[in-house]
Amino acid sequence: MSTPPDAAHTQPGLYVPGYVRDHDTHPPLDFPGYKSTALRHPKRPLTLLPHMLTEVTSPVLGQDRVGELDHDLTRQHAEEPQGQRIIVHGQVRDSDGKPVPRTLVEIWQANAGGRYRHASDNWPAPLDPHFTGVGRTMTDAEGHYRFVTIRPGAYPWGNHQNAWRPAHIHFSLFGRAFTQRLVTQMYFPDDPLFFQDPMWNSVPDPKARERMLSSYDHDTTEPSWALAYRWDIVLRGREQTPFESEEEILEDDE
Amino acid sequence: MSTHPTTPAQTVGPYLHIGLPWPDGPYAVAEGTPGAVWIRGTVYDGAGEVVPDAVIETWQADPDGRFDHPDDPRGARSYPGFRAFGRCPTDADGGYGILTLKPGAVPGPHGDQAPHIDVSVFARGMLNRVVTRLYFPEEEAANAADPVLAGIEDPQARATLVARREGEGYRFDVRLQGEGETVFFDI
Repeated sequence: MSTPPDAAHTQPGLYVPGYVRDHDTHPPLDFPGYKSTALRHPKRPLTLLPHMLTEVTSPVLGQDRVGELDHDLTRQHAEEPQGQRIIVHGQVRDSDGKPVPRTLVEIWQANAGGRYRHASDNWPAPLDPHFTGVGRTMTDAEGHYRFVTIRPGAYPWGNHQNAWRPAHIHFSLFGRAFTQRLVTQMYFPDDPLFFQDPMWNSVPDPKARERMLSSYDHDTTEPSWALAYRWDIVLRGREQTPFESEEEILEDDE
Repeated sequence: MSTHPTTPAQTVGPYLHIGLPWPDGPYAVAEGTPGAVWIRGTVYDGAGEVVPDAVIETWQADPDGRFDHPDDPRGARSYPGFRAFGRCPTDADGGYGILTLKPGAVPGPHGDQAPHIDVSVFARGMLNRVVTRLYFPEEEAANAADPVLAGIEDPQARATLVARREGEGYRFDVRLQGEGETVFFDI
């Protein structure tokens, strides 16, 4: 810690390993089936950004971001919400299979009738005074997360004639690098609405779509209490492991 | 080496406001911190309309160009109240604001990068985030030597990454499409 303030300017290069690029996994920004993409996708090709320090780091968020009942969406009000009580759990890993520990997982969802507690959602399904639909938790040392919630309902929207969103839960993850940031949606098995849903179908590879699908997990159900679904999430992994340049930098620093 | 395929991204959708905003989200540094500046801007779509259902996230180095993160081999210095991460949903007028400290120069593989902030934009109608970078207008020499800016040949496109002074802070508008379209990165 005896580094002079201008050390960063006198160092030689600082090489840090980047993260794998996983373009094949993700939906295109321009997807005519989802009409709102029309005016919200860049037309200029993306510029390749090499991964440097800003891209391989991210906020180290602590338990203080999470309230005691944030992981249990059925206990955030005086009474329980309507709907089928479910446990949603899984493991966050990177593409090398390594768990992503102590990372913030945020979720939001519609209520059992398919209605969001949001000023812009006014389709004729009732709000539930006992359901907000927002959850947060940190993964544990092995990357596991667990929420208790109710199964969200499907809901109509205006994208095309008689359009309905399959039941889903929005997920937001940080990982440990800016490159790993992911916002996605978890779906339920055997939903009959996938065929007409542009969000689901925007993912080009049918196998990749399946990775947004939770599986019914009987082993995790709680008898006379709750059904369970498991959903594992895979974030991008490192291109290669750190090597000696780190030590060189540390030596320079002393 | 990468044996496990990744999970696809999906849009934040129209109801992002219930799930993503934090009460302290816009404050990458605590209010009242000496040197704190507001970065404000507006998000526009391809028709020039404001985007009221977006979320802006920012990530950056501290004023010494360091990161409080295990993968910064130099280690962090202490800036009390500095989170380095900001998150702000856009309002009805498409506007956002992040209060932060100006970052220092950040080392790259072949010398320094100019002070910069990585910016993610999520919105209804976007199936994945887009990523851009904010640079500072007073850093002319550092910007001229920055390897990322130097890789953008069109000066008008490059200029979309440089914020402008506004009062005591900066303005950084994001144009998702069309005239003046912001440069976005393959991250």
